[in-house]
This record gives sequence, structure tokens and C-alpha cells, in this order.
Amino acid sequence: METATDSPRAKAPRRTKLDVFGILARFAPLIFLIVLMIGFAIFEPRFLTPLNLFNILRQVSIYGLLAVGMTFVILTAGIDLSIGSLVAFAGLVAAAVSKGGISNRFTVGAGQEAASMGWYFAALAAIAVGVLGGFLQGFAITKLKVPPFVVTLGGMSAWRGAALLFAAGGPISGFEPNFVWIGQGRIFDQIPVPVVIFLAFAVLAHVALRYTRYGRQIYAVGGNPEAARLSGLNVPAVTTSVYVIMGFFAGLGAFVLDARLNSAEAVAGTGYELTVIASVVIGGTSLFGGVGTIFGTVIGTILIGVLLNGLVLMNVSAYIQQIIIGIIIVLAVAFDTFAKSRQRVG
Amino acid sequence: MEPLLRMTSIRKHFPGVQALDDAGLEVQPGEIHALLGENGAGKSTLIKILAGAQQPDSGTIELGGEHVVMASPHDAQRRGIATIYQEFTLAPNMTIAENVFIGREPGPSVFVDWRKMASDTRAITKRLGLEMQPLAVVRGLSVAEQQMVEIARALSMKSRLIVMDEPTSALSLAEVDKLFRIARELKAQGLSIIFVTHRLEEVMQICDRYTVLRDGRLMGSGSIADITIDGIIRLMVGRELKELFSHRDREVGNDVVLRVEGLNRLGNARDQSATVLADVSFVVRQGEILGVAGLVGAGRTEMARSVFGADKFDSGRIVIDGQAIRIRSPKDAIRHGIGLVPEDRKQQALFLALAVRINLSMASHRQILRWGVFIDETAERAMVEEYRQKLNIRMATPEQLIASLSGGNQQKVTLARWLALRPKVLIVDEPTRGIDVGAKVEVHNLLFEMAQSGIAVIAISSELPEVLAISDRIITMREGRVTGQVKRADATEELLMSMMTLDNKGRN
Repeated sequence: METATDSPRAKAPRRTKLDVFGILARFAPLIFLIVLMIGFAIFEPRFLTPLNLFNILRQVSIYGLLAVGMTFVILTAGIDLSIGSLVAFAGLVAAAVSKGGISNRFTVGAGQEAASMGWYFAALAAIAVGVLGGFLQGFAITKLKVPPFVVTLGGMSAWRGAALLFAAGGPISGFEPNFVWIGQGRIFDQIPVPVVIFLAFAVLAHVALRYTRYGRQIYAVGGNPEAARLSGLNVPAVTTSVYVIMGFFAGLGAFVLDARLNSAEAVAGTGYELTVIASVVIGGTSLFGGVGTIFGTVIGTILIGVLLNGLVLMNVSAYIQQIIIGIIIVLAVAFDTFAKSRQRVG
Repeated sequence: MEPLLRMTSIRKHFPGVQALDDAGLEVQPGEIHALLGENGAGKSTLIKILAGAQQPDSGTIELGGEHVVMASPHDAQRRGIATIYQEFTLAPNMTIAENVFIGREPGPSVFVDWRKMASDTRAITKRLGLEMQPLAVVRGLSVAEQQMVEIARALSMKSRLIVMDEPTSALSLAEVDKLFRIARELKAQGLSIIFVTHRLEEVMQICDRYTVLRDGRLMGSGSIADITIDGIIRLMVGRELKELFSHRDREVGNDVVLRVEGLNRLGNARDQSATVLADVSFVVRQGEILGVAGLVGAGRTEMARSVFGADKFDSGRIVIDGQAIRIRSPKDAIRHGIGLVPEDRKQQALFLALAVRINLSMASHRQILRWGVFIDETAERAMVEEYRQKLNIRMATPEQLIASLSGGNQQKVTLARWLALRPKVLIVDEPTRGIDVGAKVEVHNLLFEMAQSGIAVIAISSELPEVLAISDRIITMREGRVTGQVKRADATEELLMSMMTLDNKGRN
């Protein structure tokens, strides 16, 4: 029921009024973020200090990394519910690697000496686990033709099980200082390292989606898979690839999380999928695929961070925070649907 | 006589466009009324207002002499106006009876009287002169049968006026005849019908009166007996179209570009053993337009999709420039220089949420790559500009969403997508479906130009005048087989029709 076959002509001569609604809809997340920040700043002077703002960014940086990956998935009209569990598993593997292997993983002080496998091996291990996990899920989705929701729901359970098995009950903690610096350090004594990692990868992802052939293919597959196939695109490969990318970011996020907490445990990452999907959707990416930007996701991530931070400063209970997040997700999607129906008419 | 429906001075503004500007429509009781106009003329908006799906900015609607406001689709239905859109609104997993009575199931309180529902459904279909199983599931029905279910639903609601949007666009000729027979029957029973259509021959055949809209305005209305097709076209486009559907004789090369040999395919979605393609063989030469005629379901689209790699086939050979090639996916076909403009633009060709520029270049990223990874947007814009000029694509900017273009311009973008690849063979499946008369002529001329430039064109069309106008040679298909071939100079509509309906034996 598109308008196209019989709609008013596009080259209508009477384009007199500025499409205020269209512009508002496009920048809605940013506008909402600014309004929210002004609101909190008025009620709570501590909110607008540089220290607090950097704290917010640091808090959201891991969510942000995951949300960047999730944007790729949701752009293809997919979903990944497994990321919280995959973060836990990848984080434990990385932690064990940094401690010098699975048998040393609970040894206090292991991995601190020069002979240990350094933080870079930990990073590689986390990313390898994430990428492999993502690939397996992508494979199940494209080859076994199981819907993403079901595959990643299965993954949510399976990776958590793997994490619990691997951890054998206890957390793995006490990493070498260089590793911990990734999570806790600040560049120029100001900017937290996780924030730099998050924004750097966000820029990379933005460039990939906006300026490369691969980015075009993702939007095409998400917008109309059949038309994409008939345009010569390899739809299964593109679909698999977004889960691999999601896995990459889950691994990277797990590594940064380990570093920030100086510890890895099997229950890490619980509930992350909700916050991350919320960030992406609030940022304007359509759950139906084909529409969305990394810029929106970054704004959406920060928006959630600001909201939670502001509520904490205003002493709102954590339970109520969860309720508010839930309502905002629904409203964001409702807004998206409404904006789309307006567009369709015009 | 008091008209059944009178819509006067209807205006409707959408962001950026005045869709309706003093539009009107008057329908008498017991008549079949044609609502005509090019794409973008405002027909859809007008019937959506009539159906209560949209509200006019101003204007009046009178029903049986009484002022009414169609507050919602439900409100319009309650007042006896049923609208059957191109995309049906049936629930595919439910039975015919359930669909006919959906939301109005007979029975005491929350319970459904299944027996009454089935017998009422049977009574209604009998009134349509049809034999339908009330308990058959809708998913298994043909498009024509589903349309009948929609009509049955309209009747069950005791409608006085049935609006049908492009009812014949997906029907075979036999099915169209059947639909018309039913329409006449309903008319005899005192109902009025509004046909929204592009097919003027059908209008002359079935309708009593017409209303023509152009650019949202009422251009004229009157009795079909007092006007000719040319007269209607003049009202629709505001100019004469002498060369409409005229044929041009062209030189055709001798080199065979594509040779298809013994293509076989068994099994469709519903039936594993159904013959989809049986021993389909043909050739297309350089610079030639090969027309493919056939009734709906004759296997023309299936043939095209198999050659293009969109569907698998069981056996057969595809030879390009004398070389047998393997085609397992559209990607393979594209690599060998075959393009396909599919029949359903929106479902199979367009990315509605993306800009014209991005839609146009989708199949030819290779040509505009920088460092093997990045899209060179400068080169891309140049490509879009080149085809905007060549194909006369009318758009405000290449950055506007393709959904906001008219059907004809969308089709030109789809054609440009393939032209940018410089294909050897281009298959166009119903290239002018759902686009207006002026754009049809433009698309025909584009096909001529493509052939002129050496492309071997395969043109599938359900409109015989179109097949006759554009083809150099025509093959006909029936039940998955090629039933004959004829040079354009020897072909007539009657001959093609007999070849399309012939029993398996072709004439050469």
C-alpha cells in the first residue's frame, strides 16, 4: 500500500511549506538528548561538570561498542539476544588467557610477570571467541534458516552455560597493569580509554556503513532482501557477516569490561541485550531493517547513559529506572512507526 | 435520478503536494463507473477518502442524497461502501467463510455458528454464480479466486457500492471475463461498482460512465457511449498521443546472443510435481526484442527467473555468445551480462526507504568503487545524472526517496540500474505494469533504444497490444511450454490469443 503507484507527484510545484515534522523526526533523538541534559542541569548542578559527563561516557562505552555492532544486525532486520552471554564467555576466555592459560586462571598474581601472555593476547582471544560465536549464529540463521530471534535466544542460553562451565564457579581477577589501564586509565588524565575505543570504533563503523559498498549492501539486504538478491547481492553472506561483526564487538566489549572491572565472571553482561537494543532503537534504527545510522546509535547510547545518570543523581530508585527505560523503548518504536506513516502519505 | 454517490470539491493536501484540488465523483445507482487518470492524478487518494481511510481537507460527500462524513473505514463499510484494494486484505490461513465474515461472525454472543457461516457463504457465492468451498483455506486460492472472496465479503456486508482498485491487473484474460460477468450480474442486482483502472479497452467493454482526474482535478465525466479511447486519453494526459503503441520497424542483427535449450523445472510452492517449465527453448538475437505472450500462470515469469538464476531449474542449457554457462544465482547471471527487471517493482526491485541515487547504482557498484571498498559518490552522481538525462527520469533530486517518485519514474530507475551494467541480455517482465499511459510510451521507446544499442531484449507482457507494439518476434507460452513463435509482421491479437490458448502443439 505504498503511495508510489498512485501518489501525488514528487515534483510537486507547490513545495512551499518547510517540512518541520520531517526535520524534527530526523533529529528527534538528539533534540531529546539536549532537552534531557538541560533538564537535569537545572535540577542538579553536579550533572553538567566535565567529570560527570566523562563518567557518563565511560559508563556507556561498553554498551556503546555493543550497540555499534547491534546496529549492523538490526539494519538487516535481524536481532541478537545472545550478546550479554557472549560477553561473559568471551570475557572469561580473555581473562584466562591473560593469566597465562586455563590452569592458571585462579592463581593470584599470575600473568603479571613479563613472560605472561599480555593484554593483546587477551584482546585477540576475546575477539576470536566473539567472532566465532557470531559466525556460528550467522551460519544457523542463513544455512539452517532459523529466525535470528530463535537462534540468538538459543545462543543466550548456550553462551551463558559455556561461561558458567568455564568459570567453574569463581571470578577470574587481578590482571596486569597494562590490561587494567585499558579499562580504567585516562588519556591526558582526562578522557577515559574506553570512551576513546568506543568513539573510534563508532567512527569506523560509520565510515563502513555510509561510504563503502559493504555498507550499501547491508541497507539493501535490510530494506528488501528479494530486491537485493535480484540485484546480484550475496544476501546470505551479508546476513552472516553482520552477526560476525556483532560477535567482534561483543568480544571487544568483553575485553574492555574485563579491564574496567579487573575481573571476569560468568554472570557478567546479564541484561545487556535489552539496554543495547534500546540504544539502537532509540537512536532511530528501525527494527524492520534498512533504516538507521551509527550517529543515531551513538546518540541513543549516550541518551540512555544520561537518563540513568541523571536519575541516579536525583535519587530515583534503580527499579524505577528500569521501568522508565522500558517505557522509552516502546515510545521510541511508536514514534518511528508514526514518523513512517507520515512519510508514506507524503 | 438521484445519484447514489456525489463527492464535490474534494481537496486534500499532503506535505509537499496538493493531491486533490477540486476533485469530484458522481455515481448512479446500478452502474459500473470507471475512475480514470494517470498515476499521480489522485485516484487512490479519492477512493481512500471515500473508504474513510483518509479525511479530506474540504469538500462534501453525499450518499443517497444525504450528507455524510466517512470517519473511518468501518464507518464507510457500515454505510454500504466496500473497497477492494490491489493488495488484498484476506487472512491467508483462514477459510473462505471465515474471511467473508471476519469480524461479523454469525452466532450467539461469543460463539460462532459455523454451519450458518458456511451456508451463508455458499449462498453469497452462488449469487456471484460461483462454486466455492466455504471451508477451503484462502492461501491455496489463485489471485482471481481471492478477489472473488473479497467481493463475497463486500456482498455479505450488504454493500451498495463496491470500489475496485485495478481489479484486472493480476488476472488472466479468462479470469477478467469472469470478473466482468460477475460485475454485470451485480449491476443487474442494483449495486454500483467503481473500477479504478489503467486498461482503457476494458473500460470501453464494461463501464457505463467515466470520470477522469488529472493533477487532482476533475477533468471530465460522462457516458462511455459518448467517448472514444482517444478522447479519454486526451482528458487524462491533456495531449494527443498519436504514436501510442505504434510499432517501429528496426534492423535486427543475426548474431544469437542468448540461446535457451530444453529448460525443465518441476514443482512450485504448492505442488511438488507440477510442471513449471517443460522443454523451453528459444533464441534472442543482438538488437532484437523478443516478446513473450501468455496467460497468467503460463510460465513466462518462471522462465525469466530461471534464466536469471533467481529460481533453480532441473535441466536445460543456457548459452551466451556460443558459450554454455552455469547460472546458479542472479549474481552469476549478472556476471554473464543478463539483467532482469522483475514484474513486481516494489517487492522485487525497489529499496523504498533508500534514495533514488542508491537504488539506481545498486547492481553496478563495481564500476564506481574506489580502492576496491569505497563507493565513489562523485562517480555515482555522474552515473545518476547520465541516466536521468538519457531516460528522462523526473525527480527533484537524486537524494529523494524512490518511494516518492511516480510508478513510471520508478520503473525508469529500475531500467537504469540494469543499463548501467551494459548487459548483453535484458529481460523485462511486465515493464509497464501500473504506470500511466504517457510513461508507457516512454518505456517502449527506451526498450527500442536499448535494442538499437545492441542489447537482446526479452519482453514479457500480458497486454497483447503492447507485445505487438514492441516486439520484433513473439513466442507464446502455455502451461510451462513454448507453444509457438511468430514474426511481428505476421502477428495479430487473434493469432496470439489462439497460440496462447492452444493445446500444447505450437505453430511455427
